[in-house]
Amino acid sequence: MTPIDYFIHLDNIYLKAVIYVVLAPILGGLLAGVDRKISARMQGRIGPPILQPFYDVFKLFSKEKIIVNKFQNFNVILFFVFMVFTGSLFFLGGDLLLVIFALTLAGVFFALAGFSVNSPYCHIGAERELIQMMSYDPMIILVAVGMYQVTGTFRVDAIAMYDGPLILYLPGVFLGYLHVLTIKLRKSPFDLAMSAHAHQELVSGLKTEFSGTTLALIEIGHWYENVLLLGIIYLFFAFNSFLGVAAMLVLYFFEIIIDNTYARFKWELTFKSTWLVTALFGAANIIILYYAMQP
Amino acid sequence: MFFKKSPWIIHYDATSCNGCDIEVIASLTPMYDLERFGIINTGNPKHADIFVVTGSVNESSHQVVKNIYDQMPNPKVVVAVGICATSGGIFRECYNVLGGVDTVIPVDVYVPGCAARPESIIDGIIKALDILERRLVEFRKAKTEARRQEKKLRRYHLND
Repeated sequence: MTPIDYFIHLDNIYLKAVIYVVLAPILGGLLAGVDRKISARMQGRIGPPILQPFYDVFKLFSKEKIIVNKFQNFNVILFFVFMVFTGSLFFLGGDLLLVIFALTLAGVFFALAGFSVNSPYCHIGAERELIQMMSYDPMIILVAVGMYQVTGTFRVDAIAMYDGPLILYLPGVFLGYLHVLTIKLRKSPFDLAMSAHAHQELVSGLKTEFSGTTLALIEIGHWYENVLLLGIIYLFFAFNSFLGVAAMLVLYFFEIIIDNTYARFKWELTFKSTWLVTALFGAANIIILYYAMQP
Repeated sequence: MFFKKSPWIIHYDATSCNGCDIEVIASLTPMYDLERFGIINTGNPKHADIFVVTGSVNESSHQVVKNIYDQMPNPKVVVAVGICATSGGIFRECYNVLGGVDTVIPVDVYVPGCAARPESIIDGIIKALDILERRLVEFRKAKTEARRQEKKLRRYHLND
């Protein structure tokens, strides 16, 4: 029995929650560190140490906090709380639809944080964040719909314990989800709203006006988010936990390659391409599945 | 202790001839790779710890330098890169030149050179890291002192 199977079959819901809340930021931070290291190697550099994201966050906690107005901090804390809540719902085996709506709510609070300050960079970032949410939300809902069609349930724990290979039923939905994952992980063709790499038209986009502890909370919130997104990948391969973990790692590596080989898209292209992929792969897959599954 | 491991810099060109700016950017390239020390060039004063200024500051840029310095959260250090930023260089006698960054904001590390070489810029930034750690101790002390004073005022109802 692998640790992941053990986690899925764990009955104690409180223990599950503690494991998730403690382990997710550690895994997410390590993932970010490996990401930066691999990106650096791809560019012919040595790159920062693997633990660099943790150093950054600990440093931010000891910096002065400059707050422009009180709504700014309020919204970021709500974003963080709802991100942890979303992940907890997912990893405790809750309803997949509820997970998606809570994720959207967290995103809305993040955009509101951007709108609550006066900086034009923050405003552009927040507007683009809303456009991105409009682009990726249909596809993420289709993921839930597809999984329901195959397994007959929206509950994450039931989907994770489903014996059949979901990926073979939902290849189109999976491809669509991969496209959307690039937006959600804020990787390069779609890092419109904010970017780790500065000196661009956006400065730092949405997080321009945030400093100190608030910025650290945003970073940790994104680690939680990344772990949740990789968890959704695992669901497609849940019939074999080794294959699931391998798929998560390989696809994350694939995202890093895309990050390093593409220039940034404009928001029109992001929107159009995402809806096109959603219609071509996601919706088509679900329609075909609907007729194929009929007795 | 984490300041040493993740100093983020902001670079501002205060009317430099672009020579030093190219060298600052060069120290971020694969050849020198500043990111291996955890150093990121953020274009944003609110995220930055180290302020790297190049160029002899003049009448039109001194307000910007002051603005960026004021927007950076404490603790922070300033590195003046190039001979123009340290003293005004050959432009020192010009009628509109203030002559060095330290005429506007307090400077912690001076990196001379025309243009300053990437090696010496990296040396200067590494030297600034020790000062940054010392600033953190001072900042913490000031913060606890401020909190103590505020508590005292509140106890005797002096703040309303």
